[in-house]
Amino acid sequence: MIKVDQLSKFFGAKRAVDGVTFEVARGEVLGFLGPNGAGKSTTMRMITGFITPTSGSVHVGGHDLSLEPVAAKRRIGYLPENAPAYTDMTVKGFLQFAAEIRGLRGAARNAAVQAVVEKCFLQAVLHQNVDTLSKGYRHRTCFAQSIIHDPDVLVLDEPTDGLDPNQKHEIRQLIRQMGREKAIIFSTHILEEVDAVCTRAMIIDRGRVVANGTPQELRRKSEWSGAVSLNIKGLGVNAIREQLGRIPSVRRLAVESTADLVVVTAFPHPDRVIDVTRDILTATQGWQVEALRTEEGRLDDVFRRITLPDTAAREAKS
Amino acid sequence: MSSIGNIRTILKREISAYFSSPVAYVFIVIFLLLNGFFTFMVGGFFERGEAALGNAFFNWHPWFYLFLVPAVGMRLWADERRVGTLELLLTMPITPWEAIVGKFAASWLFLGLALALTFPVVLTVNYLGSPDNGVILTAYVGSWLMSGAYLAISCITSAMTRNQVVSFILSVVACLFLILAGFPPVINLLQALPGHWQWLVDAVTSFSVITHFSGFQRGVLDSRDVVFFLSVILFSLFTTSVILRTRRTN
Ligand SMILES: Nc1ncnc2c1ncn2[C@@H]1O[C@H](COP(=O)(O)OP(=O)(O)OP(=O)(O)O)[C@@H](O)[C@H]1O
Ligand SMILES: [Mg+2]
Repeated sequence: MIKVDQLSKFFGAKRAVDGVTFEVARGEVLGFLGPNGAGKSTTMRMITGFITPTSGSVHVGGHDLSLEPVAAKRRIGYLPENAPAYTDMTVKGFLQFAAEIRGLRGAARNAAVQAVVEKCFLQAVLHQNVDTLSKGYRHRTCFAQSIIHDPDVLVLDEPTDGLDPNQKHEIRQLIRQMGREKAIIFSTHILEEVDAVCTRAMIIDRGRVVANGTPQELRRKSEWSGAVSLNIKGLGVNAIREQLGRIPSVRRLAVESTADLVVVTAFPHPDRVIDVTRDILTATQGWQVEALRTEEGRLDDVFRRITLPDTAAREAKS
Repeated sequence: MSSIGNIRTILKREISAYFSSPVAYVFIVIFLLLNGFFTFMVGGFFERGEAALGNAFFNWHPWFYLFLVPAVGMRLWADERRVGTLELLLTMPITPWEAIVGKFAASWLFLGLALALTFPVVLTVNYLGSPDNGVILTAYVGSWLMSGAYLAISCITSAMTRNQVVSFILSVVACLFLILAGFPPVINLLQALPGHWQWLVDAVTSFSVITHFSGFQRGVLDSRDVVFFLSVILFSLFTTSVILRTRRTN
């Protein structure tokens, strides 16, 4: 549904987006991650036709955005960053306008407004002026506008920004549910959302795609992927270090100790992840092991490693 | 789906936006008060002893519009940019041209409404004498066309900035140029130039709203004057679309 090819954007000499290529098919929810200023919003603005790319192409639903902008835009619902909305209208008036400009008239328009008001829980503020809304309600109003015409493609720039935990949950549910028959791309700084909602995640840094895969695949890039943590009683830190440090598949140990409990995490060599649990079980036979956990890998760790290569390298050395 | 439908949707939204804030009413009241004051007090309507509006009433319009029309037009695009709704508007399935025309038409209709509300002046002059109402109607048409030209220029300056005040000032300056180009003192100054500079005088005065409006004031509907105002409008709206496109890219 969305096809982005070698998309670049320069603001003067400043490179905001640099050769970004990806596709999103129907039924996919793509999470768009990256540090501040990475170029997420700029990419989304180019996909929705607000900013003209310096080079590269965007196809939405088979329509080239630069050649058939109106046909392409008709299939998109867009929630811009900061959720702008006309401040001089009521919520209802704004939604009616949004429906009409997408070609919904009369009864179809009213039905569409009614449907999104229910989906986004806007009944309470329906007749309130947009400029008196709280931030979360304004966000929901603008989100409602983006789905009012039931588009095939949704582009959502930080859709859960400013929402309370209940609303975050509702909106995530909604995105996941809509993702079954739409192509959705959304940006976020909340990594749990990637697990909760995405079928695929992409990390972008300084305008370039630096990682692209399912959440599981990304997690495997983490140092924590396959790491084994143990709570051990009745042994000294040094003894534990010495014993476990001898295991060839263990790359590094992290040890924390309290009065009578030692918590050890053994990070495996990347190519020997499958051996490490067995090796540790063998080495700790006869020990008083209270708990043993295998880590799945952490997205925040992957995110840091990928977008902050210098610090990751420093940490590894220490 | 159709262009007309899209333009109408934009137009409707803009009109309702005007009347949802007190600014529209304030504007209309000021416009009517100015008209009344200048026509009857300053313009010497009663002293003239003629049953017509050409001078006492319409003479002031180029000057009223100089300040009032930029005040109406300044928010058109500047506010969309400031609030961020420009991003919504330009990613809707409409062409920028439809948005530009819709917004312009809404404001122009609003100016037409303000102008139409000066009808008591027409009633007064009809009560006092028997004016040529055809002439008055022509002058009204001319006045409305002139306000459209000012408004289109305000669209350009409004698209250039997110700051309404900057937009207002730029547009007053631009409109002032259009007035001064035909203002007698300026023409006299230019005419002091040697004979072979006559073309410059002609060129400058041909850009003057006053020159083009004076025909309407006398009741003469000259197609060249109509074409002049319409071309200023079209050219300005076109420039607005170019500015919106480039300002979006950078
Ligand atoms: N109109 C503009 N003119 C100049 N530079 C711009 C413009 N818009 C964005 N940039 C720059 O482009 C880069 C990418 O910005 P963008 O808004 O896409 O980042 P982002 O990934 O959305 O960040 P955030 O997580 O903070 O929302 C930034 O360095 C920003 O300063
Ligand atoms: Mg952003």
